[in-house]
Amino acid sequence: MTDVIDTLVGIAPGSKLDAIRAQRSEARKHAQASYTSLFEPKDLGTVTADERHAIAAFVAGLHGEPKTSAFYAAKLPAGLGAAVAAEVAAAKSKGPYGHFPKGPLSAEDAPGPTWEVSDAGRKILGPRLTAAFEHTHMLVFHPRDAAAPSLQSLLDAGWSTTDIVTISQLVSFLSYQIRVVAGLSTLASTL
Amino acid sequence: MSETKTSEKTLTPPPHTEPVVFTRDMLDWLPWLEPMAEADMTERHLTSLVDAARVKSPYFRLLARDPDVLEARTRTDKDIFYNPEAGLPRAERELAAAATSRLNGCIYCASVHARFAATYSKRVDDVQRLLDEGVGAKLDERWEAIVAASVALTTIPMTFGKEHVERLRKVGLDDAAIADLIGAASFFNWANRLMLSLGVPATQG
Repeated sequence: MTDVIDTLVGIAPGSKLDAIRAQRSEARKHAQASYTSLFEPKDLGTVTADERHAIAAFVAGLHGEPKTSAFYAAKLPAGLGAAVAAEVAAAKSKGPYGHFPKGPLSAEDAPGPTWEVSDAGRKILGPRLTAAFEHTHMLVFHPRDAAAPSLQSLLDAGWSTTDIVTISQLVSFLSYQIRVVAGLSTLASTL
Repeated sequence: MSETKTSEKTLTPPPHTEPVVFTRDMLDWLPWLEPMAEADMTERHLTSLVDAARVKSPYFRLLARDPDVLEARTRTDKDIFYNPEAGLPRAERELAAAATSRLNGCIYCASVHARFAATYSKRVDDVQRLLDEGVGAKLDERWEAIVAASVALTTIPMTFGKEHVERLRKVGLDDAAIADLIGAASFFNWANRLMLSLGVPATQG
């Protein structure tokens, strides 16, 4: 199986960056295993492949990293892909923002919007993905605003506790993968 | 799904004091979702912890609900931070983790990795200044370059560019060290989001 990060960065076998990544062969192997566990697991459980790819495409779109965005968007059926693209366009913001626990750090509070899926998007995405996208926007742009009610909204929309662990890992893994792809692409451009 | 099914409920943590500043003190972490009970964990769940002692951690028992992802996450983490071969010194991988956590606002993650950064670098005052003042704190040129690169990888839009790579090279980082920095800062964008969104830090004792 090809390595997704290598593919997205364009790391050729025998290149300088290939040798550098080989020095962290466990990280390379298990970043790929993380991808496989999230998108091609032995058992999808109760989180469908379309749900996984839709959330991933949304995260990548919000980051504006072109290679990962194209990669995940390509895995969606056309109608869902268009809905995700429309929500990305409406949801883009700058991060990280959010509140700190009340106290000395309140001086650093950077308030910002709690984003909601559009009415048109809601119809196509359905209640589960709508709740997941709203949670994902918070995780991507203002994770320090997270609180138990965000998780309750996911439970109420039909996600189980185990599903929430999976989609939280998915959004968080994407937050890693996108930055590695962007960072190594920049490094590669200087080699 | 049957129509009578009611949704699960989040947990209400026991009475606790939430830390209101960044600190190098040891903190607890209290989950908002039910971790697996030890008695319900299969061999697969247990091996996904990688370190057997983590069965005592509610954070890892919660993540063990998706064991394949947890194991892959943990093995990625360990190689990025603990592999001693070449690259960025451990202290500065931890500095990148602490700076990322400071910017995202993960008080728990910052506490752990600020402790490691201070232990491995012996620069306790500099690490504490990063916690107290944030990612704009005055450190020295090498550490400021590492913090600035971590910030540029963490903000959205990401601003990490050739100028960051050049600045890192000027302060002595080779390509392998720069790749380690990218790995460490990126990994904490993963870890911060899990710790921040699945539970809350609490002061000990």
